[in-house]
Amino acid sequence: MDNTNLADIKEDLDNLEQQYLTFRLSDQDYGIPILEVQEIKGWTAVTPIPNSPHFIKGVLNLRGTIVPIIDLRLRFNLERKEYDQFTVIIVVNISGKLAGLVVDSVSDVVNASNEQHCEAPEFEGQLNRQFIDGLVQFDEKLLILLDISKLADVDDLADMSSDLAPDADLEDN
Amino acid sequence: MTIDLTQFHQTFFEESLEALSDMEAELLRIDGHMSGRRVSDEFKADNESLNIIFRAVHSIKGGSSTFGFEIVANFSHVLENLLDDIREHRCKTTRNLISTLLHSCDCLRTLVQNSQNGINTLPADIDKFQVNLENLQETGCEVTPDRRRKTRGIDKNNIGNWDILFTPNKNMLSTGNDPVRIIRALKNLGNIKSQLDINSLPSWNKINPEYIYLSWNIDLLGPVEKSLIENVFSWVADDCVLDIKRNNSVHNPSASRPEHAIDSGTGTNAPAPGVSGNGLEVQSIRVSTPKVDALVDLVGELVITQTMLSQFSEEITSESIEKLQLGLGLLERNTRELQESVMRIRMLPVGFALNKLPRIVRDVSTKLGKKVKLDISGEGTELDKSVIESIGDALMHIVRNSVDHGLESPAERINAGKPETGAIHVQASQKGGSVVITIEDDGNGLNRNLILNKAIEKGLVRDDADLTDEQIDNLIFIPGFSTASQVTGVSGRGVGMDVVRTRISELGGHVEVTNNPGSGTKLTLRLPLTLAIMDGLCVKVGSQVYIIPLLSVIESLSVPEHEISRPAGGSELVPFHSEYLPFLKLYKLFNLSSAIKTTTDGIIIIVESENKKIGLLVDEIVGQQQVVVKSLETHYKRVEGVATATILGDGEVALILDISTLTNLVSHKHYQDHMLKAAS
Repeated sequence: MDNTNLADIKEDLDNLEQQYLTFRLSDQDYGIPILEVQEIKGWTAVTPIPNSPHFIKGVLNLRGTIVPIIDLRLRFNLERKEYDQFTVIIVVNISGKLAGLVVDSVSDVVNASNEQHCEAPEFEGQLNRQFIDGLVQFDEKLLILLDISKLADVDDLADMSSDLAPDADLEDN
Repeated sequence: MTIDLTQFHQTFFEESLEALSDMEAELLRIDGHMSGRRVSDEFKADNESLNIIFRAVHSIKGGSSTFGFEIVANFSHVLENLLDDIREHRCKTTRNLISTLLHSCDCLRTLVQNSQNGINTLPADIDKFQVNLENLQETGCEVTPDRRRKTRGIDKNNIGNWDILFTPNKNMLSTGNDPVRIIRALKNLGNIKSQLDINSLPSWNKINPEYIYLSWNIDLLGPVEKSLIENVFSWVADDCVLDIKRNNSVHNPSASRPEHAIDSGTGTNAPAPGVSGNGLEVQSIRVSTPKVDALVDLVGELVITQTMLSQFSEEITSESIEKLQLGLGLLERNTRELQESVMRIRMLPVGFALNKLPRIVRDVSTKLGKKVKLDISGEGTELDKSVIESIGDALMHIVRNSVDHGLESPAERINAGKPETGAIHVQASQKGGSVVITIEDDGNGLNRNLILNKAIEKGLVRDDADLTDEQIDNLIFIPGFSTASQVTGVSGRGVGMDVVRTRISELGGHVEVTNNPGSGTKLTLRLPLTLAIMDGLCVKVGSQVYIIPLLSVIESLSVPEHEISRPAGGSELVPFHSEYLPFLKLYKLFNLSSAIKTTTDGIIIIVESENKKIGLLVDEIVGQQQVVVKSLETHYKRVEGVATATILGDGEVALILDISTLTNLVSHKHYQDHMLKAAS
């Protein structure tokens, strides 16, 4: 393959547009690759799991499959908000594993090319930077693209739950 | 193009191991007929058994050479030669020979498993055994050299040129066969001319890449014996339509059909399998066709009902309500039947777990010089595949124990006025929602004095403990307990019955022992039919519903708060018959608020796991129902104290409690103290 061909491919890659589902969390827009979204459903009550991290709301029956539900506000240490009619669960599929993300509302599907993509700047005291994949300027608004796999990483979740103080009453004797 | 053969390896291994099991079973059957004869006595085994054995070895040989497992192929070749001699009655079938064949069966199994694990060396002992086998064939069987090869008289009528019409079934590739290889094998017999018929090739968008749509018309210029051709096709006999016709004239292809003559060697038109051989081990299950057919029918019914209902819902009026209800009833019935059928697919005859037993009995009894007759009944009883896979070892332990400890030596038996040959009866049957397997021997039973002394000696029981007979019998299930006065290499290492009990409890089953001193021991295993559905007790704690597996539930009680004992150390004990049991407050364990906090208002459920009993404090019992077990780990992770989850009738998720974890939360020491207290 000659160089011009390679350059073409690179250019194609740069112009390649990816679609993102955007949603809102406390007045900020976020985006996740739409290919990772399986479905969107309204908020329904979930079954809490004992002794799990606080941001795991519980598990939900999704047509016979049991799916853990993560509250993104709590995951990002944002202020808790009452669930209302706009509250939505985005069910994402990360290499076969399902997880539901609770967000304030879903907004739109947008196209963004890799070219528009820019690295998230280093900013101080930002714990959530590991979840951020990049930033996109869109309609004069800043869209934060999230790395879904880190957000719903089960091993990570397991680590966090083991950090919880063990219940003193666990050994009841 | 080349076809990645590795994708068929798994099938080959599975089939080979199955073939070896068949072979073993047949050998043991022959052995059974010969029991009572002297080891060197000759016995004419019936041809059917020998054919089964021969076929097993033959197919392993063929498969292994196809897939390049040379070591397996060489060994099975030697074995096949020996078997051929036996089949042609050129060799005396003695009990010694059967032992040799059983051993070679083991060797072959080892080799196949080695290949499966990627080990490609020949173990020294097997190498030596293989040489022995060859020698045996040379010397042990009185064979005259000229009769060695070409044994069957050649039938003149069956020699000549042949016209072979070979139409593989569409799915032949999935059985691991490849037409190219067959055509190549034909080429070795004589000159061939092959014509490819692509008439049944569908249009491009309808092609399933895993199917063969081709057929071949092959002229084989001999002279070739017909049986040799049949041999070539013996692998695929069930997977193709084969027509072998004598043809003395040179075949003249009819020009009317579109045909591609292909070079028989390269097979450029061989269909490409669409699966990539990524070497992933896939758990497979063989299902009988009627089961699948039933399922297909049901799904059809379900679709019809669904269509019917959606039509009604479009034009809903007060009259059609009745029809709608009718339809809903139908849908309910179909769904239930569909669920049952799907469950049935996972069900296998329990014989899969029982068929290892004859071999164990034979080996152990031979080693110990005991005479044992094993009687198995109810092999057809069906159990979930995963249950069957898990109980194999447990059954082996039990039967081995029966032969080793239970049954007496022939002399002792005659002294005790029993027949010389001991009997072990294994019976499987279905009782309600569970399968019961009993293993009964007519041996000496459990020696309670010996058990008690041993338990005291090992510090498992206090020496002043006053145990009932039943309690003594149950001591054999305590970890680290073994009564064998010497370790026999067969059993007696102190792991055994406790492993059996643990394994069965893990499956949600029970083991019981019934002891008749002097006349035998009976072990009863009670197993759930399936792991996918279970009976559960729904209990409420706060706003949440939890499920307790019904098999672990013993009793539920309401205990006034003042009857709870609180010995120093913070533990709380609930009186239960003559015992005091520790109990867990579920609302505390699960951090739930607004629940009932006292035993006066709540209910204590007594549960048992691995012989430990504890109480669980819950708010109320909601009811009892069958639940479908769903994994939490598929999309989440293991949760302490929760085994799995299920979906309730209203669509909500309910968690199923893991009783063995919960009982283990109450420490082991505590449990022992409590047991001693109960016992004394």
